Amino acid sequence: MADVVARDIRIPARSGQLSLHKFARRKSTIAFLMALPLIAIIACLVIYPAFYSIHLASLNKSMTKFVGFGNFEFLFRRNTFWMVVEQSLLFAITAVIFKAVVGFIVAHFVHNLPSQGQRKWRGMLLIPWVIPPAMSTLAWLWLFDPSYSAFNWVFTHLGIPQVAWLGNPYWARFCVILVNIWVGSPFFMIMYLAALKSVPEQLHEAAAIDGANWFQKIWYINLPMMRNIIQITALFSLIVTFANFDIVKILTNGGPVDQTHVFATWAFTLAIWGNDIPLGASVSLFMAPILAIAAFFILRNVRRRGNEA
Amino acid sequence: MTMTTAAAAAGQIGRARYGSISRGRRRALFWSYFFLILFVIFFLTPPVYMFITSLKSSAEISAATNPWWVYHPTLSNYIDLLTQNQFLIFFRNSAIVSICVVSITMVVSIFAAFALARMRFWGSATLATGVFLTYLIPESLLFIPLFKTFAYIHDKTGIELINHWWVLIILYPTLTVPFATWLMIGYFSSIPKELDEAALIDGAGYIQMLTRIFIPVAIPGIIAAMIFSFTVSWANFLYPLAFTTSADQLVLPVGIVTTLIRGDVYAWGQIMTGALLGAAPPLIIYAFLMDYYISGLTAGATKG
Amino acid sequence: MAQVALRNIVKMFDRTPAVQGIDLDISDREFIVLVGPSGCGKSTTLRMIAGLEEATSGEIYIGDQLVNDVPPKDRDIAMVFQNYALYPHMTVFENMSFGLRLKKFPKPEIRERVQAAARILDITNLLDRRPKQLSGGQRQRVAMGRAIVRNPKVFLFDEPLSNLDAKLRVQMRTEIKKIHQTVTTTTVYVTHDQVEAMTLADRVVIMNGGRIDQIGSPHEVYHKPRTQFVAGFIGSPTMNFLPCRLVENGAGLTVRLSDWLALPVPPSREARYRPRVGQEMIFGLRPEHIREGRGDMPPGSAAFDARLDVVEPMGMETMVYFIVDGVEVCGRVDPAAAGNVGESMRLVADLNQMHLIDPRTEVVI
Ligand SMILES: Nc1ncnc2c1ncn2[C@@H]1O[C@H](COP(=O)(O)OP(=O)(O)OP(=O)(O)O)[C@@H](O)[C@H]1O
Ligand SMILES: [Mg+2]
Repeated sequence: MADVVARDIRIPARSGQLSLHKFARRKSTIAFLMALPLIAIIACLVIYPAFYSIHLASLNKSMTKFVGFGNFEFLFRRNTFWMVVEQSLLFAITAVIFKAVVGFIVAHFVHNLPSQGQRKWRGMLLIPWVIPPAMSTLAWLWLFDPSYSAFNWVFTHLGIPQVAWLGNPYWARFCVILVNIWVGSPFFMIMYLAALKSVPEQLHEAAAIDGANWFQKIWYINLPMMRNIIQITALFSLIVTFANFDIVKILTNGGPVDQTHVFATWAFTLAIWGNDIPLGASVSLFMAPILAIAAFFILRNVRRRGNEA
Repeated sequence: MTMTTAAAAAGQIGRARYGSISRGRRRALFWSYFFLILFVIFFLTPPVYMFITSLKSSAEISAATNPWWVYHPTLSNYIDLLTQNQFLIFFRNSAIVSICVVSITMVVSIFAAFALARMRFWGSATLATGVFLTYLIPESLLFIPLFKTFAYIHDKTGIELINHWWVLIILYPTLTVPFATWLMIGYFSSIPKELDEAALIDGAGYIQMLTRIFIPVAIPGIIAAMIFSFTVSWANFLYPLAFTTSADQLVLPVGIVTTLIRGDVYAWGQIMTGALLGAAPPLIIYAFLMDYYISGLTAGATKG
Repeated sequence: MAQVALRNIVKMFDRTPAVQGIDLDISDREFIVLVGPSGCGKSTTLRMIAGLEEATSGEIYIGDQLVNDVPPKDRDIAMVFQNYALYPHMTVFENMSFGLRLKKFPKPEIRERVQAAARILDITNLLDRRPKQLSGGQRQRVAMGRAIVRNPKVFLFDEPLSNLDAKLRVQMRTEIKKIHQTVTTTTVYVTHDQVEAMTLADRVVIMNGGRIDQIGSPHEVYHKPRTQFVAGFIGSPTMNFLPCRLVENGAGLTVRLSDWLALPVPPSREARYRPRVGQEMIFGLRPEHIREGRGDMPPGSAAFDARLDVVEPMGMETMVYFIVDGVEVCGRVDPAAAGNVGESMRLVADLNQMHLIDPRTEVVI
């Protein structure tokens, strides 16, 4: 009886089924097909344009002639270009440092609170990150308005001289960085808070028993434990800040007299408004090395985190 | 005798120190609240000021009164905008673009993430890293070549890709798909391997495994990825600014910036109202789904 | 119901071998337990039977069918995992019926089968809960229910009890035994817990380094271990091993363990050991066969005095440790008779239970 049953099963099994090997091969074919839309999107809309922009950067303005490094030579001779380089670096580095510091401090304060209350505060403090930056920058623009600045109204009442927020190049830079910090520090706060929560409470207790004070606990326990997250977050933010477009575009549009342009806005001005696509592409390509370095370190850190886990 | 006094002394010291600990904690708490209030004021000033201005008439805005207070609140800005055809078109364009982008993103990223996290094929590990790296490429590096490519496609085929709102549906996935895929890979990898083996033994094929096990189990991750895709496509400013120009093809952020700012004349009441309405959908989603939002944010940057 | 056969199964992960040539015949309705230390290839063997891993070479038969090329779902097996692998978003009922639903069984039959399995496992009142709302033991039952419902040819268990606390583990062990008596499906059970192996198995398979060291009934592997590894692995506390020399002395054979300790080989073993006279050997004796010296001395045992190094009272009995030429030796004695540390105590070794091991081949003679 058992034999009959077994034989009955065996026949379809032998002829109809895929071998495990074929099964595995079919599995990877299905997997490849499932990933195909992703591959197509990345290839057509990210990889191809990235290389195409290298090609574009080597053409003349009407895109009829190959000029090699001509566009770059042209840029190197222009003062505006060097100003943009300087400003982009200044903006990105200053803003990231301040975002990290503000985020770190705020995260610690929130972490200090009793845990029932934390959610509410965290919710309020993340709002700048949730509002579309273009929209919130409009609010800042209005706060910095030359004739109706609400800040200047307060200053006047406090007896402080008024400030030409966006009219003066130095103040304009300050404003751009300030808005950047405002938009970005909540992200740091959330990341640090998550990292702080993963520091075991026993470590603090052990340190307290060893006689560490509040500052020493942060310095010797929190900072080392959070180092990886701090690095990843800062590098992420460096990329986003360095490539930022919205804030400068809306707040100053590069002015006064190109004093606040960064790579993204200047490239936009040259390519879309000035109709010189190759020159715009050349400018935007200067972002690539910094982004590549940051990406390299992020990847390394993320990998290391993966290994630790 | 000596033992008891020693014990009593120890008890006293213990009690004294105990008191100081709780006092110290209370002081720390006080300063925490103090500084947090300062930071909340800093963080909430712009949105609150947006709201204050949106309730003012143009006359009150240009009067030299306290800008931080509304003396004659009015909803006229809201009524003006919401009955204005143009603004509703922006809103519609934004809504359609975002919904389409979210749908495309989720379909593409869920399938791809499942393939990359669980099935493996030749080059899949490299592809996973590649996905992460493309997520780091900002749109400000890509818009020029894409712009040129679209112009070129128009020259060759006659399909007009520039100055149409729907072209954003093609563009935004460059921003959302890599991140969403990365996020979903993380969520799918955290599902224990035994679960798929159990499903395999139970007789599920790969598609059934995905639809009946992985998707239901990873719902929180899917929600986080959807929120992220929505926020990104709702908020993007650079692509629509570069690719669309006619007033009826604009999406909300660009529409507000370009049409409400006419030359040097700023209709601030309307601009702030528009900005507030433009910020509303992400804020509302955030208010209801904060935990998903935050888990997506922290996981996206750190999950390997 | 079906027998399972493995023929010279080899499994390589890249270049490293995990299983190196296994032959195993499991008859219908048999309960087979694979035991061995961590990393010896138990799970890999089980997963090859399930079809979750592909054998590098060799043949696997379930029933009479060669299943090497059959995907898991068509092998008609059911598996219970260490972490249960219950689908977290399904109720218990849905979890148990998932396989049947995929196979498009009619609804009434599904319900009937799930109910029947639930009755066997005593989980009828849990059918609407989700895995999160269950205790560890209940999850374990559901995982087994999922297997029983499908009425497979073979049950495969991979350390199903190791996530449970000690008390529940004992209880579930009994439960599994009872279920097997009801359902009588061929079962392959992996564990690293030798007590589980001894209590559950019809036959125990002891694996070591990707190979099978011995297959036998619990009684056999305990009393007639084939290798030193098996002798040491089965039994707790583990068997004492001492280097020794087998010598001939007038009356018969003697095992010389040290200057002060030599034990006579019982006459029943003399024929077996005689060819090894004069050789260096390893002497093995379980702690339970070193007892306190009583009045009577059964034949084949030998008394000696030893200075106690450590004494561990366990309640029902006491472990005493003494040192023979630098090697610690353990005996299990009556608590009332146990001496104190540093004192000398009279002990009796039951040499009918002794083993001699060839140090080169590590095979028990
Ligand atoms: N997927 C894999 N890739 C590479 N090596 C593996 C893989 N799975 C198992 N191994 C290796 O094969 C060997 C046997 O593993 P297996 O899981 O069968 O051990 P085990 O006997 O079940 O151990 P445990 O009691 O710890 O579960 C181990 O050395 C292990 O490192
Ligand atoms: Mg195992």
